[in-house]
Amino acid sequence: MTSVFRRILALMGKEFLALLKDRRSRFVLIVPPLIQLLVFGYAATFDLKNVPYALFNEDAGYAARDLAAALRGSPSFTEVAQLSHSGEIAPLINSKEALMVVRIGPRFSADLLSGRTAPLQVIVDGRNSNTALLVVNYVRAIVDQFNRDWAEAHGTRLPPAYIETRAWFNPNLESRWFFLPGIVGLLTLLVTLLVTSLSVAREREQGTFDQLLVTPMRPVEILIGKALPGFIIGIVEASLIVAATVFWFGVPLMGSLLTLYVGVLLFLLSAVGVGLMISSLAVTQQQGMLGAFFFMVPAIILSGFATPIANMPWLIQQLTLLNPMRYFLVVLRGVFLEGTPFQLLIPQLWPMAAIGLVALATAAWLFRHRMY
Amino acid sequence: MSEAPPTPAAAPSGGGASMRLRGLMRKEFLQIMRDPSSIAIAFLMPLVLLLLFGYGVSLDAKNIPIALVVEQPSADTASFTASFQGSRYFRPSRYNDLQQAEAAMMAGRVDAIVVLRQDFERQLQQAGGTPIQLIVNGVDANTARIVMGYVEGAWGTWLQQTARLSGQSFDAPVSLTQRVWFNSELESRNYLVPGLIAVIMTLIGALLTAMVMAREWERGTMEALLVTPLAMREVILGKLLPYFILGMGGLALSVSMAIWLFEVPLRGSLWVLFVASALFLITALGMGLLISTVAKNQFVAGQIAIITTFLPAFLLSGFIFDIGSMPVVVQAITHIVAARYYVAILQTVFLAGDVWSVILPNAGALVVLAAVFLGLTRRNARKRLE
Repeated sequence: MTSVFRRILALMGKEFLALLKDRRSRFVLIVPPLIQLLVFGYAATFDLKNVPYALFNEDAGYAARDLAAALRGSPSFTEVAQLSHSGEIAPLINSKEALMVVRIGPRFSADLLSGRTAPLQVIVDGRNSNTALLVVNYVRAIVDQFNRDWAEAHGTRLPPAYIETRAWFNPNLESRWFFLPGIVGLLTLLVTLLVTSLSVAREREQGTFDQLLVTPMRPVEILIGKALPGFIIGIVEASLIVAATVFWFGVPLMGSLLTLYVGVLLFLLSAVGVGLMISSLAVTQQQGMLGAFFFMVPAIILSGFATPIANMPWLIQQLTLLNPMRYFLVVLRGVFLEGTPFQLLIPQLWPMAAIGLVALATAAWLFRHRMY
Repeated sequence: MSEAPPTPAAAPSGGGASMRLRGLMRKEFLQIMRDPSSIAIAFLMPLVLLLLFGYGVSLDAKNIPIALVVEQPSADTASFTASFQGSRYFRPSRYNDLQQAEAAMMAGRVDAIVVLRQDFERQLQQAGGTPIQLIVNGVDANTARIVMGYVEGAWGTWLQQTARLSGQSFDAPVSLTQRVWFNSELESRNYLVPGLIAVIMTLIGALLTAMVMAREWERGTMEALLVTPLAMREVILGKLLPYFILGMGGLALSVSMAIWLFEVPLRGSLWVLFVASALFLITALGMGLLISTVAKNQFVAGQIAIITTFLPAFLLSGFIFDIGSMPVVVQAITHIVAARYYVAILQTVFLAGDVWSVILPNAGALVVLAAVFLGLTRRNARKRLE
């Protein structure tokens, strides 16, 4: 039995050497994921800041001035131009200099003072429809506030019902809180694939895998020796990334660290398994890399990271059931933001374990059965 | 077969250079043909990915599961909840009390709870109005905002109905009218599909070439290539052209799918799209070549390609996340992401038309990036020999 361990340890040592002896490879494994966490952590947000807009105010009244001041005072908007005729609108929006034009008509103040509804027009660049939707929502919030203030000051009748909103788990609706746990998943997957997806393919291409197969090592032992470095590097990087998410970005970690690590371990099992499976299916490193991309890109885009799975058509929703990222993201967001207890996450945990075991078994089988 | 055998008719009069180039290109083509993975990258990848993502990626929330809690039913509460029943945005379910609804939200069965309190009816008659309580799950802040917008919409419709029935008016002092240009339906697919093309082409460009030079270095055939009369510039060109042709094929496929399958309107001209895509593809291929000369072996080249292509193109290109809302430092970093310029051009050419004030600066940036990548490739490749 001890000889088994010794053999596995020896292979593991060799794997670590292969990964870390090359200065560039060492650098690639350690530095970029951390830089990417910082850059992506700041980049991935749906909260708008400094949206450039232009004001087209045809009304000299003070009500129009008040509304313009409210817009100018909002941190979400930056005024880039004041227009004086409608011909200026199209070029400004077309060239993306302004994402929105707010038009206050000439009768705005007069309408308001005489008790009629005063129209306010916004023209939004819809090239990115999500941003457009958010911009309109932001303006609507400003207008709602203006309406309440106006009604209060002028004794206008208010509607008989109003909406009182409360957001659970993320009271300020900061979308960064939603994306950062997701980025933990993205980068963990990335690092694991870096370590595993080329490891068998490289040996096959260089012919050393055949030598490995004629040693006394059984496929299971080779599998363990190849999988463990991915696990160890994955855990170290995941821990670093989780720590940075909590301490640098200040995302609250509501749930238990233990539950989080169970999730990380099971996800690594599935990611290492898929990585090794791809790698042992590939005959050349080019094919290995292709396989890694063919898995990684759909795994990320169809994981619910940026666009919810609930919005997908039924067939694609079924496909995502094979995607370990999908489960991991639910675990990450649940543990980070909602403090979800372990029992509620079991439906997410066992599929990752199942995917991992099937993939690892396939990889071990391929070791001997895909020979050229 | 897209193999391009040298036709005698095209043979140059005295140019050994173009003959050498053709020889090298022929060798590259043969290599492409023998390892089907390049062809898979150029054609299978855009086909599969665009099919999956074009249908799968959407920010338009529909059928949001929502809990309705009515503590004391009446005619008014019924008319209010009816406005949810008919909506295609919501899939409402009734809960008897708030506790049950909260448990459902905890378990992820509903995304929001609308509560009409016991004294809803009584407060409706009072001056201050009655509160309608909305609790949303804020974890996915974007969806939460969309839910809030939809609930407000349902509320507005209900208010108008009530006003009409009672003969009163509760018109707000200022009413907002929105006009969304280029995409009046706010169909997210119309901007996501062009963005996806940029992401997919980034992958294809880099994948096609990232391993190519690295493989030659690793196997020692690069040295052999360099003792031939081929100049470095010719080597790079010979490597670039076959993959460029393959990549343009993949791109034509993607654009056709966008127009005919996903019915994204193409308001600009096809030739602008074509020229911009060619520029972008050269940049992406150039980046792949640069990776393969920096790495010098396929293993490291593969690793660098995995890190530098997909995630930056996905997150930093403005494809989903608005670049203008990022911190200044991150905005500066996005300038070295080629996909950023291509996404801007694609979204404009598809949805807005040939707007030169957007197309020209972005195309110029692509030219600069391509020149930088290819220049660095040439310098790096030469250095190795010293």
